Amino acid sequence: MLLIACPWCGPRAELEFRCGGQGHLTRLTDAMEVSDAEFARYLYMRDNPKGWHYERWNHVNGCRRWFNAVRHTVTHEFHATYKPGEPKPDLPRS
Amino acid sequence: MDSKGMADAIPRLGALDHLGLAARAHGEKGAAGVRLAERRFLAKLNLRGDPNDHGFMGAVASVLDGFEPRIIPNTAVHTGRFDLLWLGPDEWLVVAADGAEAELEARLTAAVAPHGGTVTDVSESRTTIVVSGPNARDVLAKGCPLDLHPRAFAAGACAQSLVAKVGVILHRTDTAAPGEPARFELHALRSFADYLWRFLDDAGQEYGVTVMEG
Amino acid sequence: MSNGELRLPTGGRIDRAQPLRFIFDGAGYSGYAGDTLASALLANGVRLVGRSFKYHRPRGILSAGAEEPNALVELGNGARREPNLRATQIELHDGLVASSQNRWPSLDLDIGAINNLASRLLPSGFYYKTFMWPPSFWHFYEHFIRRAAGMGRAATEPDPDRYDHRYEHCDVLVVGAGPAGIAAALAAGRSGARVVLCDEQQEMGGDLLASMALIDGAPAADWVARALGELGALPEVRLLPRATAFGYYDHNAVAIVERVADHLARPGPGLPRQCVWHVRARRVVLATGAIERPLVFRDNDRPGVMLANAARVYLRRYAVACGRRAVLFTNNDAAYGAALDLRAGGMDIAAIVDLRADPKGQRTEAARAQGLRVLAGRAVIGVQGSKAVSGVEVARLQDDASAAILDREQIACDTVLMSGGWTPTIHLFSQSGGKLRFDTETAAFVPDRATQALRSAGACNGATRLSDCLAQGAAAGAAAAQDAGFAAAAPPLPELDPDLDEAPMRHLWVVPSDAPVGHKGKHFVDFQNDVTAADIRLASREGYRSVEHLKRYTTTGMGTDQGKTSNVAALAILAEATNASIPQVGTTTFRPPYTPVTMGALTGRTVGPLLEPARWTPIHRWHVRTGAVFENTGQWQRARYYPMAGEDMHAAVEREVRAARNLVGLFDASTLGKIDVKGPDSARFLDLVYTNSWSKLAIGRSRYGLMLRDDGYIYDDGVTTRLGPEHFLVSTTSGNAAPVLSFMEDLLQTEWPHLKVRLTSVTEQFAVVTLSGPMARRLLAELTRDIDLSPQAFPFMTLRAGTVAGIPVRVFRVSFTGDLSFEIQARASHGLALWHACLAVGEKYGITPYGLEAMHVLRAEKGYIIVGQETDGTATPDDLGMGAMVAHAKPDFIGKRGLKRAELLRPERKQLVGLRLADGEHKPLPEGAHLVNDPGLPPPMPMLGHVTSSYYSPTVGAPIALAMIKNGRARMGEELYAPLPDRVVRARVVAPCFFDPEGKRLHG
Repeated sequence: MLLIACPWCGPRAELEFRCGGQGHLTRLTDAMEVSDAEFARYLYMRDNPKGWHYERWNHVNGCRRWFNAVRHTVTHEFHATYKPGEPKPDLPRS
Repeated sequence: MDSKGMADAIPRLGALDHLGLAARAHGEKGAAGVRLAERRFLAKLNLRGDPNDHGFMGAVASVLDGFEPRIIPNTAVHTGRFDLLWLGPDEWLVVAADGAEAELEARLTAAVAPHGGTVTDVSESRTTIVVSGPNARDVLAKGCPLDLHPRAFAAGACAQSLVAKVGVILHRTDTAAPGEPARFELHALRSFADYLWRFLDDAGQEYGVTVMEG
Repeated sequence: MSNGELRLPTGGRIDRAQPLRFIFDGAGYSGYAGDTLASALLANGVRLVGRSFKYHRPRGILSAGAEEPNALVELGNGARREPNLRATQIELHDGLVASSQNRWPSLDLDIGAINNLASRLLPSGFYYKTFMWPPSFWHFYEHFIRRAAGMGRAATEPDPDRYDHRYEHCDVLVVGAGPAGIAAALAAGRSGARVVLCDEQQEMGGDLLASMALIDGAPAADWVARALGELGALPEVRLLPRATAFGYYDHNAVAIVERVADHLARPGPGLPRQCVWHVRARRVVLATGAIERPLVFRDNDRPGVMLANAARVYLRRYAVACGRRAVLFTNNDAAYGAALDLRAGGMDIAAIVDLRADPKGQRTEAARAQGLRVLAGRAVIGVQGSKAVSGVEVARLQDDASAAILDREQIACDTVLMSGGWTPTIHLFSQSGGKLRFDTETAAFVPDRATQALRSAGACNGATRLSDCLAQGAAAGAAAAQDAGFAAAAPPLPELDPDLDEAPMRHLWVVPSDAPVGHKGKHFVDFQNDVTAADIRLASREGYRSVEHLKRYTTTGMGTDQGKTSNVAALAILAEATNASIPQVGTTTFRPPYTPVTMGALTGRTVGPLLEPARWTPIHRWHVRTGAVFENTGQWQRARYYPMAGEDMHAAVEREVRAARNLVGLFDASTLGKIDVKGPDSARFLDLVYTNSWSKLAIGRSRYGLMLRDDGYIYDDGVTTRLGPEHFLVSTTSGNAAPVLSFMEDLLQTEWPHLKVRLTSVTEQFAVVTLSGPMARRLLAELTRDIDLSPQAFPFMTLRAGTVAGIPVRVFRVSFTGDLSFEIQARASHGLALWHACLAVGEKYGITPYGLEAMHVLRAEKGYIIVGQETDGTATPDDLGMGAMVAHAKPDFIGKRGLKRAELLRPERKQLVGLRLADGEHKPLPEGAHLVNDPGLPPPMPMLGHVTSSYYSPTVGAPIALAMIKNGRARMGEELYAPLPDRVVRARVVAPCFFDPEGKRLHG
């Protein structure tokens, strides 16, 4: 069971969270102008790295806030958790 | 009779009334390691606002005995009449005595609305289960992933988490005075209250469980 | 042998003042408090304790710990019967009942032993080779294989015991309370850190409890007692004996199973039998020790062949001599220490057979000096005796161990003690993700690089000397506490005996005998799975050269012991057979659990009435008292129907539907999700999350809304009411209340943080009581004086506040039945009073409570959809005939672009229709049934769609159905067919509304 640092509440058990998939995806503002193919990429295409991954989590059984995280998909190590709107941290080397 | 007066005469049903807790309650604390009680119908208001807005913070303080909401996560203040629990970066729970909600909601709303604050009455959404006694932490540890050790969860701490899969707002309400056993208030959604109570009652059997007056 | 014959008159850590009686295979024996079942059996001279898995070979006790592969017993009776427990880890209590396994009719005379004679027919991969052909015979074979497979018998009755889980947090978790673990706990605990020290045995101390070493001039066990006394007095140190750390998970989460009451003859009330501790530790110190390795020689599985150190443990801890006359067979110096200890305890050591040609360690010299017969450069090439050892055959080996056997000699003995070196217990380290390194000297994998915040100390880290174990433990404990923020220091080492020089080991993985390996007897590698050296070599010849394949093909390393005593030898034999080195062969992955964990412990308290949280509405108790039949929808328990005497569901639902259509029905709608929306941008926000428009909705008016996902498919629906200029009350489907709130919060917090909107769940703030039916207005009029109920004053889709039966309420004129309906919201605590008031006044109107089932029929008659029933995550508003609800003119809303995708606009999409069945069909179609044009075609025939809802409609007097059919709205009047397993049903496509299509009742 992961230990996840909510940017507000601090480290909490994974039980309190729900993963919201890839992070730093912004809803298209010009969606009506883009092609179906482009829109499908926005809707469905996601990174699936073996390694560091920018993702979103929701502290659903806690403060109900959404936040961002950088997690390693193999080791489950969290490099960072940060509030929405805060800059995307650089990935650690390795 | 005005409508409020009539409403006062309407029988109210608490979330745990079917358990007959009042009849089971013992006045004395006894030797049991775990003491359980329900505090029915506490007034509870969900308060939202911007903690960086001095106007908002001052407006809250003007109603709540001069106390501003805490900006430190997972902490609560006790004003004497009210408990003010941090729930999120712009969200707090105000807990007050049974029956206080209508007037308090009106006064708080009037105070915070000009500063973009909002107040929502959630008194009926949750009931309050009190877990206290020498083994209070032990019984909670059987269902709650939070670290409730005094070093991690000091007197006055509060948190939202799970107890036995049930979402709760936990509030440690003892003062950590020497010899004073830990006391936790669990504000739990009304619909889950029966399950949560039965879980705590069952998990506490190892230590002995006494039902107390709320 | 007579009772208690092998128990020494003095010594040991047993409590001779507390004799205990127990039963094994029906015979009564006695032991003492502090015994394990294994030590008590050995003390009673019981050597044959089980039959092996495949060949039914007689087996005895091999070890004194968790690694035991042979001595698996069934414990207890009836509902408490539990199979495959290690006798070495069962703590004796008075009245304990155990029996041996895998034998029939008795342990002594076992018919299955014929497998041993037929063993040439049971090579590795036997099942794969034999039972796979012809394929159709598998089911025939399976019956017999299943009966033969498995060792013990599980109980068939419900488990009467309670089990527990608990969360624990600490600064330093120390796993293992041997010398390294105790030293670590002392170093960490003294700093004030929160420390948990767990150990799988009943008594902490590990090998020190059996050691003759002196620490600070006193027996090692005294040092253990002092240290545990100090630790026990530290307020932030928790000692957990009888607690096996069985799983190391992410972020230093370690699962420990504590045997709380297994050792108690009469457990106290409320005490769980076992408890799983979910420990989250800032730092972990692994001090899990090491396991002695057997040697692989012919018939090394005979009862009486055991690990050398185990014999020492039985002698020192339990005052049990494992036999009278032993031959020790070793490849290392450490075993000489055991031999000396055993001899000091009164056991006759007939000879020490050492594989090494010229062993010259200080211990070997000491043995020689004490007159022990050391046979260097020799090997035990065979064991005599079947159900008990009667002697060994010893021979001199050529230097390369392959050539002829020389100088054969018979030595009579009743015990063979073997020592092939030590395997560090690296299971938890490996589970944690740590990388291993192979140490050639000791032929063992040892911890190399940790990937989690842990340290290894002592024998599990490859240390062999007590001084190293204590020093590593103290250093690791201090460093762990420092990492966790405490000023800890490693205490100085106590005064110890001087370290002894040791000669190197000799690794000879298969000891030759006078016949080729695999002939004339068996060289066992894995005792529990009956895997021999010959099996591994055969598997390698057959191409199973990967260790993972080898494991699965031969089953070596499987079973309850997971190869704790066999893995290294198996790897080494495979490496030799493939001309590879052991690190090249690698090791299989270690996975939890370290030792088996009961299902009860894993389940904990969540069984029976506590299985899953059940949510009750404020009116729940009335439903219960009335005898409602409940349905679980999500966690909510909802009244499905209210049967009267003699009624089945069909009759009850029909009565409830008729009453609601013709008179008035009463429904508990409290579970409906309710979200309070406040703030100046509330209307703008709702415009963005719903397909329709909210900005112009007047205060006090309600509107039905559809919520899409970005892809354009329907996500949720519900009625929203404007309570004020900047205040709305959104309702969601019952099951979707939490996800919808989370979805809306996501948008507000991450996409549109500039919008000033606040969301609060008020689902449980209110009880909701629905009055529906032609009499609803007259009934309600009797209960309220301050709300004008006339259609003109209180039209459809509006809200009024006031009192009903004196209770402050909001009344919504909305309907999910198609009839005149009033949804009354009161504070939750007033819900039951409101319900009673409606029932009391409603009696003269024929008021009838209706449940979820009748509600479904009523809404289906009207053609109202249920999200998740008519929709499957790929339905659009237009598919459901609700295209008009999409305000395409809005600049943006969730799903706007998605709806324009080619797939969502293509012709021939499935559309919502109604179905009427052919005359004479009285049974509703099954939901999910497919519809086709021509049922006469051979399958698979082209399918047009499927039934989404199907009921008998009392209003129509016939079965009705809703269905999603390709191009459905253009098929009105067409006849389609539903091919069912037993018949084909003809159905006519009709509009999806079977009741009051003009809406007169709704608006009336």
